[in-house]
Amino acid sequence: MTTTPPSATAQVPATAPPRKLTRAEQRAVEAKTKLSSPWATAIAILMAILWTIPTFGLLVTSIRPQASIQNSGWWTWFTNPEFTLENYDEVLFGTGTAFSTYFINTLVITIPAVVIPITIALLAAYAFAWIDFRGRDLLFVGMFALQIVPLQVTLIPLLSIYVDVGLAGSFWTVWLSHSIFALPLAIFLFHNFMKEIPRSLIEAARVDGAGHVRIFFTVLMPLLVPAIAAFTVFQFLWVWNDLLVALTFAGGTPNVAPLTVRLAELSGSRGQDWFLLSAGAFVALIVPLIIFLFGQRYFVRGLLAGGVKG
Amino acid sequence: MILIFLGVVGLIAASFFDAVPTVTWPDFLVRSDTTVEKLGLMALVVLMFVAVMAILLFMVDSRKRVPNWTVAIAFVGPAIAAVLLGLIWPMTSTIIQSFFGRSPWYDSERSEFLGFENFAVLFTTSEFQIVLRNTLIWVLLVPLVSVALGLIYAVLIDRTRGEAISKGLIFLPMAISLVGASIIWRFVYEFRQAGSPQIGLGNQILVWLGLDPYQFLINAPWNTIFLIVVMIWIQTGFAMTILSAAIKAIPDDIIEAAKLDGVTGFGMFRFVTIPSIRPALLVVWVTITMTTLKVFDIVRTMTGGQFQTSVVANEFYTQSFRQFNFGLGAALAVLLFVLVIPVVVYQVRQLRISEEIR
Repeated sequence: MTTTPPSATAQVPATAPPRKLTRAEQRAVEAKTKLSSPWATAIAILMAILWTIPTFGLLVTSIRPQASIQNSGWWTWFTNPEFTLENYDEVLFGTGTAFSTYFINTLVITIPAVVIPITIALLAAYAFAWIDFRGRDLLFVGMFALQIVPLQVTLIPLLSIYVDVGLAGSFWTVWLSHSIFALPLAIFLFHNFMKEIPRSLIEAARVDGAGHVRIFFTVLMPLLVPAIAAFTVFQFLWVWNDLLVALTFAGGTPNVAPLTVRLAELSGSRGQDWFLLSAGAFVALIVPLIIFLFGQRYFVRGLLAGGVKG
Repeated sequence: MILIFLGVVGLIAASFFDAVPTVTWPDFLVRSDTTVEKLGLMALVVLMFVAVMAILLFMVDSRKRVPNWTVAIAFVGPAIAAVLLGLIWPMTSTIIQSFFGRSPWYDSERSEFLGFENFAVLFTTSEFQIVLRNTLIWVLLVPLVSVALGLIYAVLIDRTRGEAISKGLIFLPMAISLVGASIIWRFVYEFRQAGSPQIGLGNQILVWLGLDPYQFLINAPWNTIFLIVVMIWIQTGFAMTILSAAIKAIPDDIIEAAKLDGVTGFGMFRFVTIPSIRPALLVVWVTITMTTLKVFDIVRTMTGGQFQTSVVANEFYTQSFRQFNFGLGAALAVLLFVLVIPVVVYQVRQLRISEEIR
């Protein structure tokens, strides 16, 4: 976490070179020591274009009329621009697709699946960092190790538990599963952040007579806001974009299934209907995109702190 | 808290004997048909959860001189209980299941113990050998290419104008779901007969070059490579971000010293940059490897595992939820687990070595 957030714009080297150089000379030295040459610039631009074009093509497709999509490539749009929102209307409210319903489902799934694990993990991380109890280190290592368990290993037994207790096919299955799966990583991340808070701060509060609960809320919470923001962005993107968990627990029930499940279904059953698929894909990715753009700083910080999940 | 623990233990024991009484939940908790009902339930759940947590903390805090372990249980207990029920127990059950046949192992009438037969099937049947081969290609190729491209890009755009934007462009695919990414790329690969206008960019480029359109997703074995492209497209941004941060963290005095020694251009990259960011390279490599192992969305959405493109994670889904062969499905899941372990052990050891050197 000591690394600078890379989203910062072009940085100047922090220390000045030993001998005073003019701006131009400095830049010349820079240019020599780095790989920058016309070739380098060309490669970078080429990569940036390659990375953007597939998404851009689908975006253009989603606003073209159905007939044009089937008969000509999206690149012809530049010479023959057409614009329609019919595809979006059809995919959101059409009886066969009804993405608006699934959009709500995704939203209803995502919010509790973000709030619940973060709360539980914050409490646990606090205990692992600042409460002395027997077996603490062992428990923490165990929790840390659980990060490597692939979700696949847990799905079927969990499903049979949900069936046994009568929760199958409800939102609870997805909420509980996502919350549980998020815990090891969340606890690990929050623990790392909490450990960085100076002990003296905690001790001072303790001397003042504050109990654990008060220390947690008054001393630690304000300092943890960036960490919480980072994990929120993380977990939000993860849950919103998840297919495996949703498919396993909520796949068969249109009242619960999220956008990803519906989109995958559509891709299988109406794989050639690009006017639906293109608009559908953008309906599914607009919210994560916004969250991502606004939370990029936190997201990157989370990545750098070792928060990666799969 | 002790009650929760007992509850968990009881539930595990009960599901062991398959004797959990089916609870009848109030209808509004498990069924929500309209948008209002759904949103209402969501709000209710969040509120309920917050209330339970508040009561828990309040109980701990209200009494003076509570022993440390009570507080500890109140803070750690929920997490431990959740993990026991949702990770440890299912993991154990799946491992046991991998030694049994199609039916659940606790179903005393129909379950049959097979020993290692499921695993033998995985490694000896030609159908599964293709799956294993594909998985191997994925796991080798995705990290290699993503890290290479991410590193090149990070070096090229380091301290250039508009760095934030150039990074954002490469990084953006990480925000897109794998399903969405698969659809984006299926459109690139879209095939139309030669002669008729192409609508997929990939085939249009072939046509522009005077070649015949190509069935990117159908012709084995190259179709696996074209699926891998999608994963590389997503993971390069991740590699680039971490590596770029690592490059920026290289101390200036090292760079200055190298400059004084007359190191320039590629030499700088080879002898200064690469050694300095070795730990970051390793972390990125391992992380991408583990993510790649478990990815199934791409294969499922783009080819459904047909045309010899299936991988272990996709085959797990097919066997468990299509064929209902729980034994084989469990064996595939366990295989995933086993494959992850050496990667993690390697990472931990390397990190420890690099810490000792420091």
